[in-house]
Amino acid sequence: MNVVSPIKPLTAKDYASDQEVRWCPGCGDYAVLKAVQKTLADIAADPARTVFVSGIGCSSRFPYYMSTYGFHTIHGRAPAVATGVKLANPDLDVWIATGDGDALSIGGNHLLHLLRRNVDVQLLLFNNEIYGLTKGQYSPTSRPGTRSPSSPGGSVERPVSPVLFALGAGARFVARSIDTAQKHLVEVLKQAHAHRGASFVEIFQNCIVYNDEVFAAFTEKQVSADAQVHVEHGKPLLFGADRRKGIRLVPSRLELETVRIGEDGVTEADILVHDRTNRTLATMLATMTLPVALGVLYCDPAESLDAAMHAAAGERPAGPTASELDALLRRGDTWTVAG
Amino acid sequence: MPTTTLPLPNLHPLPPRASLDSVVVRFAGDSGDGIQLAGNRFAAVTALAGNDLGTFPDFPAEIRAPVGTTYGVSAFQINFGARAIKTSGDSPDVLVALNPAALKVELPRTKPGGIVIVDTGSFTERNLRKAGYAADPLADDSLADYRIISIDVSKLTLEAAKPFGVSQHDALRCKNFWAIGLIYWMFDRDRASTVSWLKKRFTDEPIIAQANIAALNAGHAFGETAELNGDLVGYSVAAAELRPGLYRTITGGEALAWGLVVGTHLAELKLFFASYPITPASPLLHALARLRSLGVTTFQAEDEIAAICAAIGASYAGSLGVTSSSGPGLALKSEALGLAVAAELPLVVVNTQRAGPSTGMPTKTEQSDLMQALFGRHGESPVAVLAARAPTDCFETAIEAVRIATKFMIPVLVLSDGYIANAAQPWRMPSVETMAPFPVHFHTDPVGFEPYARNPETLARPWAVPGTPGMEHRIGGLEKDSLSGDISYSPANHQQMTDTRAAKLDRIARDIPEQTVEIGPESGRLAVVGWGSTYGPINRAISSLVERGCDVAHIHLRHLCPMPRNLGELLSRYDRVLVPEMNKGQLVTLLRAHYLVPAEGLNKVSGQPFKIEEIETAVLARLEQQEP
Repeated sequence: MNVVSPIKPLTAKDYASDQEVRWCPGCGDYAVLKAVQKTLADIAADPARTVFVSGIGCSSRFPYYMSTYGFHTIHGRAPAVATGVKLANPDLDVWIATGDGDALSIGGNHLLHLLRRNVDVQLLLFNNEIYGLTKGQYSPTSRPGTRSPSSPGGSVERPVSPVLFALGAGARFVARSIDTAQKHLVEVLKQAHAHRGASFVEIFQNCIVYNDEVFAAFTEKQVSADAQVHVEHGKPLLFGADRRKGIRLVPSRLELETVRIGEDGVTEADILVHDRTNRTLATMLATMTLPVALGVLYCDPAESLDAAMHAAAGERPAGPTASELDALLRRGDTWTVAG
Repeated sequence: MPTTTLPLPNLHPLPPRASLDSVVVRFAGDSGDGIQLAGNRFAAVTALAGNDLGTFPDFPAEIRAPVGTTYGVSAFQINFGARAIKTSGDSPDVLVALNPAALKVELPRTKPGGIVIVDTGSFTERNLRKAGYAADPLADDSLADYRIISIDVSKLTLEAAKPFGVSQHDALRCKNFWAIGLIYWMFDRDRASTVSWLKKRFTDEPIIAQANIAALNAGHAFGETAELNGDLVGYSVAAAELRPGLYRTITGGEALAWGLVVGTHLAELKLFFASYPITPASPLLHALARLRSLGVTTFQAEDEIAAICAAIGASYAGSLGVTSSSGPGLALKSEALGLAVAAELPLVVVNTQRAGPSTGMPTKTEQSDLMQALFGRHGESPVAVLAARAPTDCFETAIEAVRIATKFMIPVLVLSDGYIANAAQPWRMPSVETMAPFPVHFHTDPVGFEPYARNPETLARPWAVPGTPGMEHRIGGLEKDSLSGDISYSPANHQQMTDTRAAKLDRIARDIPEQTVEIGPESGRLAVVGWGSTYGPINRAISSLVERGCDVAHIHLRHLCPMPRNLGELLSRYDRVLVPEMNKGQLVTLLRAHYLVPAEGLNKVSGQPFKIEEIETAVLARLEQQEP
C-alpha cells in the first residue's frame, strides 16, 4: 500500500538561489526579495516555468538571487527581452525586476510599449528615487531640489509619477506598495500574478546609502496610519488609526479631499468606495500625495498580446513540414526548363 | 560575336526580328506611373520566355514626390538574354521615358546609339519646366546620339481605354501597360499571362482590368503597324541554356525570408522575427509576416533596440530569434548584440545595407557596413558575418546563418544590400524535402548541468531553455564563470572567457568550406576579390576577360568572419589582388591586415551598383601595368 506523505509546504527559501546576496546592508531590496520569494511559495510557483528578467541597476541583480530561470539583460531593455520570452513561450510565467532609472529613463520607451501591448508579465518597479549603482545621481523620479553628485545645487527637474505613467500608457493593472510592508506587498504581488496581462507594481524602496528615508513621511510607523490609504475593491476609502478618516469626491472641483467622519456633517455614506475598474478614480488616487494610496489602484483585464497573437496564429503544435515549405516556394508564377 | 548593343538600324539596316544575345531595357517615369508594376510584368513574361534575367528597381525615397519632378522619377531596369545573366545590366539599350523628367534623369546612363521611346503627350511646357529643360529636347538636335522614337503614348492610351468608360485619370494610368505592350512586341513576348494577371489583380474593378488590357494590346498593335512603316524593328532573344528544373523569379528579400524559414525548419526550431520598419529592410518583415500560418512569429517592435532584445529573449526561450535592419538600425542594436555574445545565444541579424552615413540615401545601395558588422560593438565581441552575393543566394546564406548560429551558439550577422533585396532573378527551386536537417538538441539532463560547460568541438555552451525542470539557471551580461555561469570578476576567468568567445570563430573556420575560385586560374597575376552584391558585375567582367585570355581570377567571399581557412594561402598565389567594393575600402583593409597581401581597392560609393565595364577597365589597367 502506498503511503502518501504529506506535501511539505513551500517556503520563501525554496525560491532562493545559492548566490550570496550583495545589496548594501539595510537596502530595501532585501525586503522585496523576501516578499517575492514568499509570494512564489504561497502560490506554489513552478521554478522551471518561472523566469525573472531584469535590466541594469541595483534592483536588476534580482534574478541572480532566485532559484528560477533568470536573465540579467541590459539597461532599460528588460521589457523588450521579456516580451520576446513571453511571445516565444506563452506558458512561461515572466517577471520583470526594474528600477526608476532603468524603467523610466533609459527604458521609458520599452515600458510604455510593454504596458500598452499588455504583455502578460509582472513588472516590479523598485522606486528609490535615485541612481544607486552609479553612486547616487538624481533619477527621473527624484523630487525637485534633490542634492546629488550630478545636481550639487539641487535637481531642477520635475519628476515623473510611475503609476500615472503606467495608467497613461494604458496599463490594465496598476498597484503600489512599500518594500517593508511585507503582508501588503505579498498580497499585491499575488494579485499582480493573478492578473492576465501586464501587471505594473510600483514598490517604494528605501536606498539606505544615497536617499535614505526619502519616503519616511508616509512609511514611518508613527505616521503611516494617517499618511497611507490602503485601497480595496468594493470597500470605502477609509484610513487613520481609528479608521475615521476617509476620501471624498468634491464634484465641483473634480478632485479628492480628505475628510473625517463625524465632523462637518460627514457620514460614512460620503466616503468614496474603491472601484478598481475605474480608471479615472485610479488616476485621482495616484495623483494624491497625502495620504498616499497603496494597493491595487486599477485592475480591468483585457486580452493580452501573447493571447491575441496566439489566437491569431491558431493552434499549430509543430513547425511547417518540408512539403508545406516546398509548396510555399512554388507559389505563384513558375516555369519548367526541360532537360 | 555576341553583342549587348542594339545595332543602329539607320546605319546597319536589319531585317525584322534580328537576333540578340542579351539586351538591357529601362522603363522610367513618374513614381505614380506604375513603372515597377509594369517592369515586373515584363520580367515575368521574359522569364516565361526562357531567358535568363536580372532586374533592378530604382525608385525614389519619396513615397509620392511632386509629379513631373526629376526626384520623383522611378525606374525599373531589366537585363535579359540567351546567355547567363549576372547583373541587371550596365547601360540600357532601350529606354522608355514616360515624361521629360525621366528622359532628363535616365538619358545620361543610356547607351549612345540606344533606342529611346518617349511619350510626347507628357512633353508639355509645364512638365519640361519641372524637369529643368529650358527648351524641348525633342525639338532640337540635343538627342542626336540616340535613336529617338516619339509617340504620343498618353493620347493613344486614352483612346484605347475610352470604350470602357473609365475616367480620364484612370485611363491615363494605363499608359505603363501601353508602353510595355510596345516592348512586348519589340521583343516578341506573349501577352496572355499578363492579361490573366491583370484580370486577377483587378478582380473587383473589371473595367480597370479591361482598360489596361486594351492599352497593352494597343501598344503591341502600334509596334506591328509601325514595323510595317519601317520605324520600329522587332528583335528576338533566344531562350537561355538554364539548368533543367522548376523555376520562379525571386527577389533577395523573399529569398532571405524563405531561407530563414527553411533554416529554422532544418534546425527544428520555431522562427521568431522581430523588426522595426526601415528602408530597404522592411520587405523581409512583410514577407515573414505573411507566413504566420506556417508557425512564424513576427513582432513589429517599438524600435530597433527592442527588436533585437525581443529576438534575444525569444532565443533564450528556445526559438530562433532573428532581427533585421539597415545600417543606422544596426548601430542601435549594437549594445544588445554585445549581450547576445556574452549570453552565447543563437541569433541572426540581417543588415540590408544602404548608402550612409546617417539617413544617407535610404533607397540606394552601398556596402559600407562591413566594418560595423565585424567591429561595431563595445568590448571584444566576436560574431560570425556572412554576405549574400545575389538575390537567389540570399536563400542559402540565410540557411547557413541559422546553421552556424545554432551549432556554435553565437550571433550571426547577414549582410545584404538594397540592390540584392529588391533585384530579382530566376531561381531554380530546391526541394526542402531533400535538404539535410541540422536539428538542435536542447539540454534537458540536470545531472552535472553547467550553463557554460562547452562542446569540445564547437565550444558551444548547452542551450537549456526555461520550462525545462531541473535546469533553472541565471545568465546575463556580467562576466560569467567559465563553467557555472555565476558572476565572476576573476582576472584569469575573464581572460579565458574572452579567449573562448574568440576561439569560437576559429572553430567556425574549421567548419565552413574552403574558399574556391569562381572563375579563372588558381594562381597567377591578378585575383579580383569581392563580397556581396558586386558578384554579378565582377563575375561577368572576369568571365569575358578570361575568355579573351587574360590572366585574372574571380574570388568571392560569403564568409567574412571568420574568413575561409585557406584564403590567405590562396591570395598569396597571385601577384596582385584587386578588391572592388561599394565603400571606401573595407574588405581590402581586412585582407591586407590579415594576410599581408598587396591588395588594392576599387571603390565606388555613388549609390549605384558597379558596371561590368568599370571592373573590366580596372582589371585591364592592372594587367597592362604588369606587362614587361
